Amino acid sequence: MSTNPGTTVNYGAIGSGGGIRSLRDHSVDFGASDAFLNEREIESMRSEVVHVATCMGGVVMVYNLEGVDSLRLTGQLVSDIYLGKIKKWNDLMLQALNPTVALPDLEITPVYRSDGSGTTYNFSEYLSRVSPEWSQVMGKGKSLKWPAGIAAKGNPGVAGIVQQTEGAMGYIGSEYALSLRLAMAKMKNKAGNFVDATLETISAAANVELPDDMRATIIDSEDPDAYPISIFTWILVYKDQQYGTRSLEEAQELVRLLEYIISPPGQAVAAKINYAPLSEQAVGKTRRLIESMHYAGKAIISTTGSVE
Amino acid sequence: MKDKIFRFLLFLAAVLILLLTAGIVYALVSRSTEAFGEYGIWSFIVNPEWDPRPATEEYGAMSFILGTLYTAFFALFLCIPFSFSVALFNGEYFKGMKISSAVRSVVDLLAGIPSIVYGLWGFYTIRPLIIDLGINAQGFGIFLSSVVLAIMIIPYASSLSTEFLSMVPNNLKEGAYSLGATRIEVIRHISIPSSLPGIVASYILALGRALGETMAVTMLIGNTDRIPQGLRDTGNTMASVIANQFGEADGFKLSSLIAIGLLLFVITAIINMIAKLIMKRVSRL
Repeated sequence: MSTNPGTTVNYGAIGSGGGIRSLRDHSVDFGASDAFLNEREIESMRSEVVHVATCMGGVVMVYNLEGVDSLRLTGQLVSDIYLGKIKKWNDLMLQALNPTVALPDLEITPVYRSDGSGTTYNFSEYLSRVSPEWSQVMGKGKSLKWPAGIAAKGNPGVAGIVQQTEGAMGYIGSEYALSLRLAMAKMKNKAGNFVDATLETISAAANVELPDDMRATIIDSEDPDAYPISIFTWILVYKDQQYGTRSLEEAQELVRLLEYIISPPGQAVAAKINYAPLSEQAVGKTRRLIESMHYAGKAIISTTGSVE
Repeated sequence: MKDKIFRFLLFLAAVLILLLTAGIVYALVSRSTEAFGEYGIWSFIVNPEWDPRPATEEYGAMSFILGTLYTAFFALFLCIPFSFSVALFNGEYFKGMKISSAVRSVVDLLAGIPSIVYGLWGFYTIRPLIIDLGINAQGFGIFLSSVVLAIMIIPYASSLSTEFLSMVPNNLKEGAYSLGATRIEVIRHISIPSSLPGIVASYILALGRALGETMAVTMLIGNTDRIPQGLRDTGNTMASVIANQFGEADGFKLSSLIAIGLLLFVITAIINMIAKLIMKRVSRL
């Protein structure tokens, strides 16, 4: 970090399940996840956990069809494809939604994540909201029981298969798809508009009333410009920082890092790597959550914004 | 004195290996008990359901056991014609000749290629062929994995078979020749029958190798948690399901994955033991 050259942050990309497990074991300072902890997970932690929103992302539908550079999809259609009910690209429903596109007589290969993933969670959360059948048959979760398609590990695995397989479709984290410039479908949002996933349309999804603990789902947002499968991504930390052999200095360093992440320079870094910046309201609520972190009964950060 | 120290060090190293193995087994067993305790060992093995959703959470190993057996046995089937002809080439027809040692070192080279390289090769080169052949729409599955696995295990099957073929006593073969037998007849009636147990053992060892192969299979099999409906279908092997799902797993799922690891360990150990037994019998002859 250029603003604080004395500090090195080690981040292991081990998956959010591993991160949460390590946080529970007190072996890391923070864990990060695209899905907020459910009640069962919260209870399993050693003490109260705070969800610090760091930036925003989305889940995008990528596809590989030669000669097709624009595709419109609805949640209902995506649900039917992943349930194995729509099997061909020239299906009447798909063709009706894309009247100007010549869709081929080709099998659709839906690709999903073989590892448990926040991306899968958000994807299935979205489909559960827009498709009653999905909600009943599949439900939502980090890993599901899939009736159709093939699986690959991680965003790179799914992207690799989609890029190499004519007729494949996959769901991928927007930051990954945007940086690879993969072909993405326009998704129909709640207001009825077909929206491309961009940093702006993802940020727009947060223009709704947010809860104080920031455990908010902004999927299928009502904002007319919002990309429908948009999410916050969180860093999870213990509210009470005095645990194990932890020193006050360590806790302060952590808080400094979190402060930096939600600051304008931190948010600019996020945008550079294709994560959408937090809305003003989200930054305000997150700052109050960081302020609530304490050590030995005392707040680690004063309300004026500096670490004591 | 020096000799004693050396002996002691050797003893220590040997004991350490034993302890290490015991430690691995202990770790696998102790962490599988959660899954085995919940579902029962036998019903965990035969249950084909793998449902990680919290509301209906249920884990069983059958679809992965079958996926493993399908890929490994089909790979063995595909590898036999190649490894057997390599063995005949090196151990019989061109025994001791320069061309034989060249073939031998190339085949041995196959064993040295990292499994991820095989995976990439399968993904980018073999998979399009599978699609063109119309075996399935996207190429992934048991068939693709087995084809790549077959090539991976050729060196294991062929180099041992070569050894056993060249161990056939010369006086046996010469006797047959003196009775007017042709080369083919000698191979059919002398060489193959007398080295057969050894050849079988080398194939069993190759099978053991195919059972545990992880990286290449994970990249090629499609990773679907269902019983494969035939060779064209996608599936998951015991090794690939662990590689795929271990990172995010906890609770019963983690314990079930470790239990699958234990089962794979047991299956591989049994396979290797069978091969060893057969080979022991051969060397006694």
